[in-house]
Formats: sequence, C-alpha cells, structure tokens
Amino acid sequence: MELFLAEKGIYFLTLLLLGVGLAGIIVCSNYMKKLICMNIMQVAVIFFFLCLGQKAGGTIPVAMDSMINAADYINPLPHGLMLTAIVVSLGTTGVGLALLYRIKDRYGSIEEKDIIEREREKK
Amino acid sequence: MKNLPILIVLLPLVAAQLCLVFSRIHRNVGRWLVITAVSASLVMSVMQLLNVIKDGPIHYYFGNYRAPIGIEFSIDTVNGIMLILVCVIGLLTFLFSSEFRVSSDKTIVGGMNTVLCLLITGLLGMTSTGDVFNLYVFLEITSLSAYCLIAMGGNKGVIAAYRYMLVGTVAATLYLLGVAVLYANTGTLNMADMAVLLNEGDKNKAMLLAMILFIAAFGIKMALFPFHGWQPAAYTHAETSARPLISGVMGKIPAYAMFRYLFCVYGTDFKYFDFILDVLGVLSVCAMLYGSIRAMGQKDMRKLLAYSSVAQIGYISLGFAIGTPLALAGAFLHMFGHAFMKAGLFFCVGAIVYRYGKFSLEDVGRLYKKMPITCGLLVLAALSMVGIPPAVGFFSKWYLGLAAAREAKWIYLAVLVISSLLNAVYFFRLIEKFFINPDKGLPQKRERGRIEASAWILIPVIVCFVAILALGLCNAKIVDVLLLTLGEVGL
Repeated sequence: MELFLAEKGIYFLTLLLLGVGLAGIIVCSNYMKKLICMNIMQVAVIFFFLCLGQKAGGTIPVAMDSMINAADYINPLPHGLMLTAIVVSLGTTGVGLALLYRIKDRYGSIEEKDIIEREREKK
Repeated sequence: MKNLPILIVLLPLVAAQLCLVFSRIHRNVGRWLVITAVSASLVMSVMQLLNVIKDGPIHYYFGNYRAPIGIEFSIDTVNGIMLILVCVIGLLTFLFSSEFRVSSDKTIVGGMNTVLCLLITGLLGMTSTGDVFNLYVFLEITSLSAYCLIAMGGNKGVIAAYRYMLVGTVAATLYLLGVAVLYANTGTLNMADMAVLLNEGDKNKAMLLAMILFIAAFGIKMALFPFHGWQPAAYTHAETSARPLISGVMGKIPAYAMFRYLFCVYGTDFKYFDFILDVLGVLSVCAMLYGSIRAMGQKDMRKLLAYSSVAQIGYISLGFAIGTPLALAGAFLHMFGHAFMKAGLFFCVGAIVYRYGKFSLEDVGRLYKKMPITCGLLVLAALSMVGIPPAVGFFSKWYLGLAAAREAKWIYLAVLVISSLLNAVYFFRLIEKFFINPDKGLPQKRERGRIEASAWILIPVIVCFVAILALGLCNAKIVDVLLLTLGEVGL
C-alpha cells in the first residue's frame, strides 16, 4: 500500500486537482470563480506532465563532468513543454480577465444569474 | 522552394505582428499587408500541393534536426488541399471585412485584422504540423484569436466568447492530458514516430484512454453533437466580418486533427478501433438528426445556419466512423464543400446586414428582386446542403452513402437520407422566406449604388458560387488526389 502510494499517489493527487477544477467550472455560478477553476485544471495537467519527467536518483539536467550517464539526469523535455503550456495558460487567463472586465462593464455583474436575467429583460 | 511548408505559416504570422504597427499609419496599410501575406501563402500552398502530387509527401524538419528529436511539418495531399482551403476562405474574409468598420479607432481596426490573421496562422499551423505538442500550441493560437473575434460582436458576443473560452480551455487541457498519456507510453512527440512505437507491445488501454480524451477535446473544438453547446451562440454573435472564417473553417481543422490521430497515429491495428468508430458513429448520427431538427425551429438566419453546422459536422465524423478510404474521401470532400457553402451563406447574411441591418427571417421577403446575386448564392448553397447535383453537397453525400452501403451499415445510410430530407425542410423554408413572403419594404442602411452591395462583398459571394459548382463538377479529380493519401490509411 505504502509503496503503491509512493509510486502512484502523485497521479491521484493531480487527477483530484483536475476533478476539482472541472467540477468548479460546472458548479460555480460566478464567472471569476469559473476562471479560477479553469486555472486549477490547467495546473493539474502541468503537474501531471512534470511527474512524467521525474525519476529516483536523477538530478537537474545540466551536464556535469562527473556524471555521463543519461540515467543520472531527470528528463528535461516535460519541463520544457510545460514552460510553453504555462505561457499559454497565462495568455488564456489574460483573455479571460479582459472578457470579464467587458462583461462587468456592460452587464454590471459577473454572476451568471444576473446576466441571464439581464438578457431576458432585453428581449 | 525547399522551405515552402514553413513559409506558408510564417508569412501570415509575421504580417499579423506587423499589422498593428502599420495600422497606426493608416487604417488600410495594415489590412493590405495581411491580405498580401495571405495571398502569398495561397500561391505557395498551391505550388506545394502540385509538388506533393508529383513527388509524394513532403517532410520539413525545423533547423534540420531529424524527425523524432526535432519538430516536423509533414504535408500530404489531404492537408495540402486543406491549406489551400484555409487560405482561400481567409483571403475572402479579409476582402469582405474591409466593408465592415468595427470602430473608428485605427488601433482597434488594426487589432481586428491582426487577430483575424492570427486565426489563419493557427489554422494553417494545425493543418501542417506533424508534432503533437506543436498542434497544441497552434490549437491555442486559433482558440485565443477566435475568442477575441467572437467577443467583438457586441454585448452578447462577449458572453458567448467567455463561455466558449471556458469550454475551449477544457478541451485544450483534455488534449494536453491525452498527449501526456501517449508521451508517458512512447517517449516521443512526433506523430509518425509515435505511430510506430504505439504498435510495439501492449499499450491498448493507455491508447484507449488517450483516444477518449482526444475525442472529447476535438469534439468540443469541432462542435460535435453532445459537445456543441458553445457553438450556436458563438457563431450567432461573432463579429459579422469574421463570421465566415469562424463558421466555415474553424470547425473543420479539429476534425482533420481527429482524423490524423484516429487513422495516422493509431491506425487500424489498434485493438479498440472498431469500438471507437462505433462511438463516433453514434455521436454523428445524433448530431445529424439533432442539428437539423433544431435548425428547423430558428427564426434568426445566423442561428439557423449555426445549428445546420452541427448537423454538417455530423456528416464529416460519419465519414470517419465508416472508415473506408472512400468514406474518408467523402468526409473530406464534404469538409471542403461545406466550408464554401457555410462561408458563402454567411457572406450572404453579411451582405444583407450590410444593406438592411436585419438578421431575422421574417424581414427578408422578396429580397431576390433587390439582391439577385446574393440570393443566387443563397439558393445554390442551400441546394448544395440538401444534396442536389451538380453542387458539391450531392457528391460528398453520394460518396458517404456509397461507402456506408458497401460496408452494409444501413443505419448510417438511412440517417444520411433522413437528415438530408430535414435539411430540405429548413432550407426550403429559408428559400420560401426570400422568394415568396411579401416584401416588408425594409429601410436601406446605405444609399443604393449601381450594384446590390459593394464589390468587396460581391467578390467573395461570386467566388463561393463558382467554388461550390467547381468542387461538384471536379469531384472525381479531387477524390483521386485525396485517395493518394487516404488509400493507405483507411480500413
């Protein structure tokens, strides 16, 4: 059990994080909270990727004279990929916040209930 | 010549960045810059397709790092044609958009052109790439620029864009999770390399998990039936001048990406292949019926066309679900045809809005007298959607039906016919409103010139008209070219 948790536990934690984010997007009625949950979800996948790069006994992937085997270093590729994913998630969050700002400007609220009510009034 | 694959993507990307700067000088300088770049891409993609037909698939390696290590662009006949499609519709949309002034502010107009050009870049990149992570990056470029364009369409557009953003980001995240699962199992990000490695050893369960994530992700992006919730509002409230590109091409490229994964990366040796195809088949059948039925009840032209898109995406995924080379060719022919039909219909809607500012079906009585060319395209595109020869819609449905019959999948064939009849119901209703309803005597928004709308609006309308007919008449040639690639990957 302990061995299983030590090996695979981190995956369950990231999946839990993913579930929390996804549930939050569905359940929360405040648009800001939805945006936060979206971010949680993205972070979950970033963690998942980073887990893949990890290995026991590996060190940071900077070449050193004393260590010449690939086994001595962790895999740097997932980290490189996730750097890109973080930039993308930053961009998405930026666009999301800009849209929220517009919504607040035009509807006076970012609660889903108020917005739906306002759309009905206009009809 | 050697660098064609990257130049096609790079030119619009660079032009998009420069457009904002040049737009500060004058509104039109930036616009003509992006139009030039997209035209150049169009010319180059035609040259590239000719090369591919002559010499076989092109593999372009960035910085000359060979395939599994470096990033690769791989062009075969299928995505060669898709590149041309994206460029043509993108170019027409740019010409069309010049008549719609979103704002008097030069920076906003420049920004709008920049975002539109970035959307084209993202679509071109998604089509060319042979690297799974590269696909993710281009997918996000596409999505982010689409959110901006939808948000430009007024109050409701902002809400539609925000909702699409939430769902779209979920899709991108699921895609990334699927990539993580495949990467953990193969250690490569190159599609061709991954296809080889996935077939070694028993990885079926992980592959099944990844494929379910991919279907959800691309399903959301292409608005396949249970994932289509964002699409009608987004198409309806998007900025008028960008709507043809968004509705015509944006939904097709994720479908193409799904095809890449299903047939090129996974391949028919995959243990659960038939199961996945059945799932896809059920979803497409539901989409074809649901989209058509919902479209029948709409009063707003834009909503009607948006729901019709849900049904038409169903046809494309139905082709994948049948899975033979002929069905795939039919699906791709439908993809090209539908891009011109739907973009053409939205060009018509744009022309009507340009002159009268109305979207409702109740207002358009006897409009054919005042706008004959626009209504001509409207009728042709509607007939093509229903499936009447010699328009392209008939031939793509013919190939799909033929493939379904050869595989003895009678349910698919029956649904294909029923859905076409439902199409006929709502498109003839559309035609009835235009031709038979009494004239409402709409007030003109603009002084009437000699022609029905300005030339920049009529050019896209006429090009779409010709394209629908030409694709229909040359369908055998196109299918032959498609089969060069598809013949190797189907069932």
